Amino acid sequence: MSKLNSNIPAGELTQKWTKYKSSVPLVNPANKRSLEVIVVGSGLAGASAAATLAEMGYKVKCFCFQDSPRRAHSIAAQGGINAAKNYQNDGDSTYRLFYDTIKGGDYRAREANVHRLAEVSANIIDQCVAQGVPLAREYGGLLDNRSFGGTQVQRTFYAAGQTGQQLLLGAYSALERQVGMGKVQMYTRHEMLDVVVIDGKARGIIARNLITGELERHFGHAVVLGTGGYGNVFYLSTNAMGSNVTAAWKVHKKGAFFANPCYTQIHPTCIPVSGDHQSKLTLMSESLRNDGRIWVPKKKDDTRKASEIPEDERDYYLERRYPAFGNLVPRDVASRAAKERCDAGYGVGASKLAVYLDFKANTERYGRIEASKAGNHNPDKETCMRLGTAVIKEKYGNLFDMYAQITGENPYETPMRIYPAVHYTMGGVWVDYDLMTTIPGLYCTGEANFSDHGANRLGASALMQGLADGYFVLPYTIGSYLSKEIATKPIPLDHPAFVEAENEVKATIDKFLSINGTKSVDHFHKRLGHIMWEKCGMARNREGLTQAIQEIQDLRREFWADVKVPGSADEFNPELEKAHRVADFIELGELMCKDALNREESCGGHFREEHQTEEGEAKRDDENYAYVAAWEYKGISEFELHKEELIYENIKVAQRNYK
Amino acid sequence: MSTGNMNLTLQVWRQKNKNSAGKLVDYKLSEISPDMSFLEMFDVLNEQLITKGEEPVVFDHDCREGICGMCSMFINGQPHGPKDLVTTCQLHMRSFKDGDTIVVEPWRAKAFPVIKDLAVDRSAFDRIIASGGFVSVNTGNAQDANALPIPKIQADAAFEAAACIGCGACVATCKNASAMLFVSAKVSQLALLPQGQPERYRRVQSMVAQMDEEGFGNCTNTGACEAECPKGISLENIARMNRDYFTAKFISEEEV
Repeated sequence: MSKLNSNIPAGELTQKWTKYKSSVPLVNPANKRSLEVIVVGSGLAGASAAATLAEMGYKVKCFCFQDSPRRAHSIAAQGGINAAKNYQNDGDSTYRLFYDTIKGGDYRAREANVHRLAEVSANIIDQCVAQGVPLAREYGGLLDNRSFGGTQVQRTFYAAGQTGQQLLLGAYSALERQVGMGKVQMYTRHEMLDVVVIDGKARGIIARNLITGELERHFGHAVVLGTGGYGNVFYLSTNAMGSNVTAAWKVHKKGAFFANPCYTQIHPTCIPVSGDHQSKLTLMSESLRNDGRIWVPKKKDDTRKASEIPEDERDYYLERRYPAFGNLVPRDVASRAAKERCDAGYGVGASKLAVYLDFKANTERYGRIEASKAGNHNPDKETCMRLGTAVIKEKYGNLFDMYAQITGENPYETPMRIYPAVHYTMGGVWVDYDLMTTIPGLYCTGEANFSDHGANRLGASALMQGLADGYFVLPYTIGSYLSKEIATKPIPLDHPAFVEAENEVKATIDKFLSINGTKSVDHFHKRLGHIMWEKCGMARNREGLTQAIQEIQDLRREFWADVKVPGSADEFNPELEKAHRVADFIELGELMCKDALNREESCGGHFREEHQTEEGEAKRDDENYAYVAAWEYKGISEFELHKEELIYENIKVAQRNYK
Repeated sequence: MSTGNMNLTLQVWRQKNKNSAGKLVDYKLSEISPDMSFLEMFDVLNEQLITKGEEPVVFDHDCREGICGMCSMFINGQPHGPKDLVTTCQLHMRSFKDGDTIVVEPWRAKAFPVIKDLAVDRSAFDRIIASGGFVSVNTGNAQDANALPIPKIQADAAFEAAACIGCGACVATCKNASAMLFVSAKVSQLALLPQGQPERYRRVQSMVAQMDEEGFGNCTNTGACEAECPKGISLENIARMNRDYFTAKFISEEEV
């Protein structure tokens, strides 16, 4: 525990952030102009940080691997963003959002960080609306809210099923405004391939220009990662094809600790796998659980169509097991319950690995309300369904269209088939209260860090965290470090540390191109994904994890002996990009299994079969595992565990109960 | 389930880099499943090319769920292929028939130079946004979000315009390679909202000027952009932008 200091300010929980902000050292405007900050990633966390830092006067360089910062995968977030506004007058408060997030995370997140998140959540909504983000409104002109899993209030703001898109475009417009003013230099189609550490501090990065293949050295007084999560370690996930761990993994290998890598979120409502050709999985937003009821047939191996199964032969298993939260239990609980039913033989569809998400009851209910509004107080069923379908269409139209496009089925007529899929990673680079990693001057924000969601993230909290970090937290906390750097002159790019880091990257690229093996990068990625899903997925056990570690080590050796990367280093070469990413995923996969093996308890998204209650719920071991597992890289397959104890002063730790 | 029974001939644009000439190259594919997405079909092609020691086809793609706007294939003469309101990544092979020949080209426009094969440079769009596609509000200056009620109809209309994914299909399909639909969608979103009013006329002028500078063509109202837009962005936006543009020309410097 000696090496880890979370730097949580002293004082009462609700005053920590306020006090911190009023006492953190400032940097005067003249000095800001000569301080350079590198931001890697242009999603919600990266774009908001880059824009805000530039507004404050820092010189900013921002990097993304896509062709435009607007493509970052935050754009795909569907459902919404939480904020403790209490606009619905349903008893919401900063404390409740804080409490729900800690509880939802199964008591494995830091109190101080989460409370700060809840505090700034309201500012995010204000900021985005001021930017012209068109969030959904009611007829009175005020903002609308909906419910999400794991809460009993309506605090989720949204823009149809495209909330991430609208929020990202808001942050992107703020970023492009700074680009236009010359205050941010934007590097698109650039990938960070290493961090440069000089005298123990992060001082720059090595990036590859993906079009020309040129390796570039960039100096910064500080480096900020906002590079997203590592769900693609499973090959199939709801992440974009390019989402990767490479930047985070490179800094890990240079000294940044990696925390809780085994905490992965399997989202309960995704379109099931249809065949071996599948390249990614598509999420059906959690918001659908507001109006969709989840069920399977009561009879095993029932081959009847959904419409032919009468009401009393359906098992609405979430409503049965968790009457208080019903279909709106948190994601980890809903996913495991679906797996339990399918494993027991009640799954539906050709693969039997799916459950129904059925909108019929609520369509009819909405239809009745609409008919009543129009003066028809005794509508027939057909009228109800027709009017109700219009309501459902307005709420979820784009999701229903997407479902129809992918599956070829009409979800307005038959229930959706859904199954859990990898969606989000709660683990990530370890950071302290300032969001600084164990490398001074290196910061990590958004999904890429581990900080706020514990062992399970609640729906609509990822957008909240990404923007909280980028707009309202990092721009303050980074001042604490940069105020001490005002005398540091830009380090020349021919400094030996830059040269050495570039040479290492070059050697790796040369190695990839020289192997000239027989199998594509994707081939290895798929095999890695299979190992991870089977043995480090929704349920894990000692035997499987031990095997997985061996299998991944074997796969790594085979990869480095037999991968085939076509083309050359000095051109646009997506296969070479993938090779870097998959090489890093393989190493990360091993650490995830080791972390899962170490954690002899079940909590949130980490479910160890050996540790469950009689009812099959996750069984934590607070006495021995109420800590953050932060791993230090010691060499290939060697990681040293450091523990950061989690102390709960304000919340009474209890077994989560959604019954 | 994994393999299907479709046999296809692909004619794919291959171009080494922006300086070299390109040409269509034929590829035969068999056992394609109708449940595959169009890009998964390209994954199959690339896997075969890599195994044979040939260079895979470079194409842009990322989210594969129709929202990031990165995929950009011109399929049988239509951007994003034959289906309405669908991006290439959401197009499935069940939209084609066994035995079909499918021609796949990159977006074609002077302002979108080809980088390699099917990937083009769309950074002109970013520069247009940087010229004015924003509300000038720094972080930390916002009032309470509900202090400014906005009629639902207006907010919904702004959202419809804001749904643009910046893929560039409008440019690719336009005979003039005009970017008017893209530019007008952003101009409209902000012109429809009270937050966008203070910079309304300045914005439209700078964005149009940047659009012209990037080398996009003019609008001759053929409507192909609206017909091909995967997000259904309406031509009304162009009308609204023109109106604002002309208004801006008639009001004094200070007001702009």
